[in-house]
Amino acid sequence: MDAVRPRLELFSGEQVEAIVADALAVLATVGVEVENEPARLLLREAGIAARGFRFVPDENAVRAALATAPARVVVYDRDGRPTLDLGGDRVHFDPGSAALWILDPASSRRRPPVTTDLVHLAWVTEACGNIAGQSTALVPSDVPEAMGDRFRLYVALLNSTKPVVTGTFATDAFAVMHAMLAAVRGGAAALAARPLAIFDCCPTPPLKWSDLTCQALLDCARTGVPAELVSMPLGGATAPVTLREMIVQHCAESLSGVLLHQLAAPGAPIIWGGSPAAFDMRHGTTPMGAIETMMVDAGNAQVGRSLGLPTHAYPGMSDAKVVDWQNGMESGIGAVLAALAGINLVAGPGMMDFESCQSLEKLVLDDQACGMALRLARGVGHDSAGEAVDLLRQVVALGGFLGHRHTRDHFRAEQFLPSKVIDRGTFEQWEAAGGRSSFEAAREEVRTIVARGNPAPVADDLRAELTALISAETRRLGIVGLPPV
Amino acid sequence: MTERQELFAALSRAVLDGDDAAAPRLAAQALDGGVSALDAVEKALVPAIREAGRLFEEGEYFLPELVTAAQAMKAAMAVLQQALGAEAAALALGRVVIGTVEGDIHDIGKTLVGTLLSAAGFAVSDEGASVSVARFVARARELDADLVCASALLTTTMPKQRELVEAVRAAGLRAKVMVGGAPVSPRWAASIGADGHADNALAAVTVARSLVGRDAPS
Ligand code: B12
Repeated sequence: MDAVRPRLELFSGEQVEAIVADALAVLATVGVEVENEPARLLLREAGIAARGFRFVPDENAVRAALATAPARVVVYDRDGRPTLDLGGDRVHFDPGSAALWILDPASSRRRPPVTTDLVHLAWVTEACGNIAGQSTALVPSDVPEAMGDRFRLYVALLNSTKPVVTGTFATDAFAVMHAMLAAVRGGAAALAARPLAIFDCCPTPPLKWSDLTCQALLDCARTGVPAELVSMPLGGATAPVTLREMIVQHCAESLSGVLLHQLAAPGAPIIWGGSPAAFDMRHGTTPMGAIETMMVDAGNAQVGRSLGLPTHAYPGMSDAKVVDWQNGMESGIGAVLAALAGINLVAGPGMMDFESCQSLEKLVLDDQACGMALRLARGVGHDSAGEAVDLLRQVVALGGFLGHRHTRDHFRAEQFLPSKVIDRGTFEQWEAAGGRSSFEAAREEVRTIVARGNPAPVADDLRAELTALISAETRRLGIVGLPPV
Repeated sequence: MTERQELFAALSRAVLDGDDAAAPRLAAQALDGGVSALDAVEKALVPAIREAGRLFEEGEYFLPELVTAAQAMKAAMAVLQQALGAEAAALALGRVVIGTVEGDIHDIGKTLVGTLLSAAGFAVSDEGASVSVARFVARARELDADLVCASALLTTTMPKQRELVEAVRAAGLRAKVMVGGAPVSPRWAASIGADGHADNALAAVTVARSLVGRDAPS
């Protein structure tokens, strides 16, 4: 008998169906506003009813789109190895996206990130064994704002082999970003066959698709680049405050995304993602570490899985401003709940201060939380009935298990073996090693990783090709002086 | 308590309760009973919204309570507006044009700032999200605004705040410019020559008051 996968399910099957039914009713009555003309055209051609720019698709149209959306999306690393196998209840982590700040490890205060930080982020991500994907998780302040989105992808591709979770900030960014990805694969068709990146596409709550994100959705569909729907109902601000209704709204917005996307290209890869948050009623902020935020993440994933789609969410982040108890508590709970909920792609590691600040130190610490969460998801093996009897019979004579072959054969698979940033030594060992906090240990770890240099350099000709693409984009936008990478 | 005092107390209560049906009804009742609109504003509405602000700052009230109180106040003001006539202009702390800059659809923070500014007594014209620099300038001219407030949540749209400051100056408008939004720092605000910046909605009210020379009495 195989391991039973430990699971968090917030709803019964019937309750999930009732949520989907409510969402379908929302779409059929309230509908979604679509601000993008090519998307409106697609919807009209498909005969979707509309009042002005508000489209009110019926259940049949939505179900048809769900039927063509693939249940499994595989994303490959730079070398073409399958790395993110999204679907079922398989769990993968990637760093939280697009931070405005980086935590300065010396002062423990945030500062604007620069290109070097982005480079180091890629190196550290490459070194994190429990984090399968990378993401363009910092917006460098030394790059002209208009270039920020596409330049991040350029840096990511040069400094890590891991598949990239990214997105556009403006409609004209997709072309060059797609061109860079295709260059790595040796062509657009090869890229479609083995995707290298996922693009986030966020509907505007409540129930609206802005021109930018709608365009990104269509661009993804037509090029076969996996699109990640990031619906973000904020409970009590842009969505009802009650958790079930937030999940209904998330479902309605996401279903409208699936519809648009599948109309543009039936069968194109799409992910049921989201970044909902319980709105903080004292500060007007969007706490990602709130337990309600994580409950909605788990609920959304259960709904998405029931509809046969790969899922994504953002648990594993913290709202703390330094790497302290709140930070570890919120990030750890998030990673564990995400693993239990079977969310396929979990973005969050490294991110704090809502979604505003990345910390490389937090990233290497979170890597450990992710490792423990992944271990939990594997559950307890059950294919060895009777073995304990034999083992104990032998060991009563032997006197212990440390010298037993069984221990040696199994401990690496059975235990999650933490890195040096997790302290499990004795008090004396800890004191002798300098009496460090986990943050200080992480600082050391990051320094070591950075000192090793680029762990994933690309071949010279590919590097030249990518550089030519980004340089042409710079000229097109009339920008001078990009920082060296 | 006299009948009038009771009415004012009920009107204050309606604002504090965020009851946007009772507040305008009681305001109309006051006018019918011969109360001056100015009295109703100064003796019922203003003290009530101040109290809501105080309760919020003390952690007693939360945002939904503060925002619904501001909405009830607005609804009552709408009833009193006509009767106030010329006095209305004198009452307003200043005229504000607010919006999120072009290319940016984040509007939650901007709306919160606008709501609290109007609750504080500014006459606010909320232009919504993705507002072009030209529209900001045209509206500021039309309304002879004291203050133009621009929100930006994306690093890619922040440069629009700089353009706005330049355009407001180039148009020779007297309006001051206040900027905000998650990526906006005091340093950025200073570098683009903005007159003010705040990182949250309550602070925005304080900065706005000082920019129009109407600091709150301490
Ligand atoms: C909610 C949200 C959205 C919602 C917005 C819904 C809406 N109706 O506003 C949606 C889903 C639409 C969205 C879309 C996108 N978003 Co968004 N979003 C957020 C999020 C999570 C919260 C913003 C928010 O509402 N906060 C709550 C309010 C109350 O706070 P606030 O806006 O900061 O306002 C307060 C203060 O700043 C200040 N203030 C605000 N304005 C003003 C103005 C003045 C004059 C003053 C004085 C003060 C002031 O007072 C307010 C109240 O206290 C932020 C994360 C973050 N850390 O901010 C990302 C964030 C801003 N988004 C981001 C991104 C990348 C996007 C997208 C480009 C994603 C995509 N690829 O599709 C799109 C952009 C679309 C576009 N063209 O605008 C990034 C920006 C990164 C960057 N470097 O620029 C952020 C930081 C998240 C992240 N880390 O990735 N987003």
